[in-house]
Amino acid sequence: MKKSAPKLALGPILYYWSKQQVEDFYRDIADTAVDIVYLGEAICSKRRLLRGKDWIGIGEQLQARGKTVILSTLTLLEAASELSALKRLCVESPFLVEANDIAAVQILKELGKPFVTGPSVNIYNSRSLKKLSEMGLHRWTLPVELSANELARFQQDRPENMETEVFAWGRLPLAYSARCFTARAENLQKDDCQFRCLDHPDGLLLSTREDEAFLCINGIQTQSARTVNLLGETGRFIELGVDVLRISPQSRHTVDIIERFSQVLNEPQSPERFNTELESFMPTTECNGYWKGEAGMDQC
Amino acid sequence: MELICPAGNLPSLKAAVDSGADAVYIGFQDDTNARHFAGLNFNDKRAAEAVAYAHQHGTRVFVAINTYPQVSAFERWQQSVDKAAQLGVDALILADIGLLDYAAERWPELRLHLSVQASATNPASLRFYHENFGIQRAVLPRVLSVKQVEQVISESPVEIEVFGFGSLCVMVEGRCLLSSYATGQSPNTYGACSPGSAVRWKETPRGLESRLNGVLIDRYGEGENAGYPTLCKGRFQVQEKTGYAIEEPTSLNTLALIPDLMRIGVSALKVEGRQRSPAYVKLITRVLRAAIDAAKKDPDNFSVDAEWMTSLEQVSEGTQTTLGAYARPWQ
Repeated sequence: MKKSAPKLALGPILYYWSKQQVEDFYRDIADTAVDIVYLGEAICSKRRLLRGKDWIGIGEQLQARGKTVILSTLTLLEAASELSALKRLCVESPFLVEANDIAAVQILKELGKPFVTGPSVNIYNSRSLKKLSEMGLHRWTLPVELSANELARFQQDRPENMETEVFAWGRLPLAYSARCFTARAENLQKDDCQFRCLDHPDGLLLSTREDEAFLCINGIQTQSARTVNLLGETGRFIELGVDVLRISPQSRHTVDIIERFSQVLNEPQSPERFNTELESFMPTTECNGYWKGEAGMDQC
Repeated sequence: MELICPAGNLPSLKAAVDSGADAVYIGFQDDTNARHFAGLNFNDKRAAEAVAYAHQHGTRVFVAINTYPQVSAFERWQQSVDKAAQLGVDALILADIGLLDYAAERWPELRLHLSVQASATNPASLRFYHENFGIQRAVLPRVLSVKQVEQVISESPVEIEVFGFGSLCVMVEGRCLLSSYATGQSPNTYGACSPGSAVRWKETPRGLESRLNGVLIDRYGEGENAGYPTLCKGRFQVQEKTGYAIEEPTSLNTLALIPDLMRIGVSALKVEGRQRSPAYVKLITRVLRAAIDAAKKDPDNFSVDAEWMTSLEQVSEGTQTTLGAYARPWQ
């Protein structure tokens, strides 16, 4: 088992930001220590302020700065037009592609292109991982609801040359629906959503009736209100041979978060000194329950 | 179009068979199936009786082994596949890639259906499961409009089964972690959503409260009917408004769509509800059997009988029903 420190990846932007905001964001990211950058729209096919060529342009700039670029794909495919767009992306992408649905796995396999999978592709056991490995999967992301102990079992007989990625920072992706909950909150129908996601750069908070921050609405996706933070687990990541840690973008502080992760990976003995600062980067509070084998919302 | 009905125990199975189901689906008594509830499902003896009874009456039996086995538990799921195969059931309903791979290799003659828990919503995904594991049918998640179901069918390499009636999952099945986020137990890993062991009810000065592992799901004022605290059907606050932010307590009901579903080539209509009573199974099976038969006989003049509708609404969550994602406005 490898014992080197994991690389850092920046996941796709899961929210809907203006084109300017996206371009500014990646201009800043180019200067950070992040190794891998996932680009593109993974949530809603109606979000089209950036088109394929725009993403490729941003990717080329990041690549020129030494980043490994990966194009992300839609998680929930409903319309035939979405499937056609996915096919086109898989054919035309100059970068490696992240499959977020089995459709992309199938298309990339048919094209003979290697691929990686995001956290929404259900890989719950070694036999599933091995099967996908035979089809061209070369890095997979642990489903966010699985624990460190479960990952340890995977790592014991992971296929040769298979890399493992763990979702290490961000609001957890929890569910996807045909329904748009942002539109519902605004009393609009999905077909006339007026792109209200643009008003919520970190999603829309859903609280219980006693004001406990519980979930976060992001169009057709539901996330956790709490932010997962596994920075303190760096030692465990190294011990388990985790290859890549994923940081999920947020509208503020992403550069700072990458910076702290990078510092800790270089000096694994001292993650605690950043605790207070990291908490101030979260929209609400933190959680690590899934990683510890508990309810996802718990902080253990 | 076949009618596929749920059975959580032998009396329900008999009710479905006797009321005209074309096939009945069941699960074993553990977390290998997505209705892992105390006192529900079939032990070895009952499963054998179920298969015998159904087959005597010309009804097929499908076994759902449709949760996702984790590394340490994989063998137990394999054993469930073996057990079902040895029982002589007519099809297995599976979701996990590893388990499909095992079943296809170990029991090549056994018919495999792709569970709704596999989240396959499009022809490319269906091609994946068909080419790799030889699935012959797939159950579509409750996220597609009728038009989208039609498009999928036109390019699908396998038969398509869709949900016709029952509790409504608002999220894509197999990709909903809301329950495990709140309780540690989810449909994927444990075979239950919003599990009963995590539910607490309490009378308070502000009303009757329902909680799931401490999270307030709803609070009921005087005269309000309290429903089971399924996480996605609680009342929450978004932008200072309190309401059903995700979905109301409601059941899916496609009675009005039956001729359309037949016309677009749906092979089977599935009823949700292995956790429901034999009386429920009997009622739903009877009504849907009558509706499908009426639509087959004269699709152009099909109309929903008022008695069918009333019967189904009475047993629905929140005593109301919806067309769900089949109709665009719901989305």
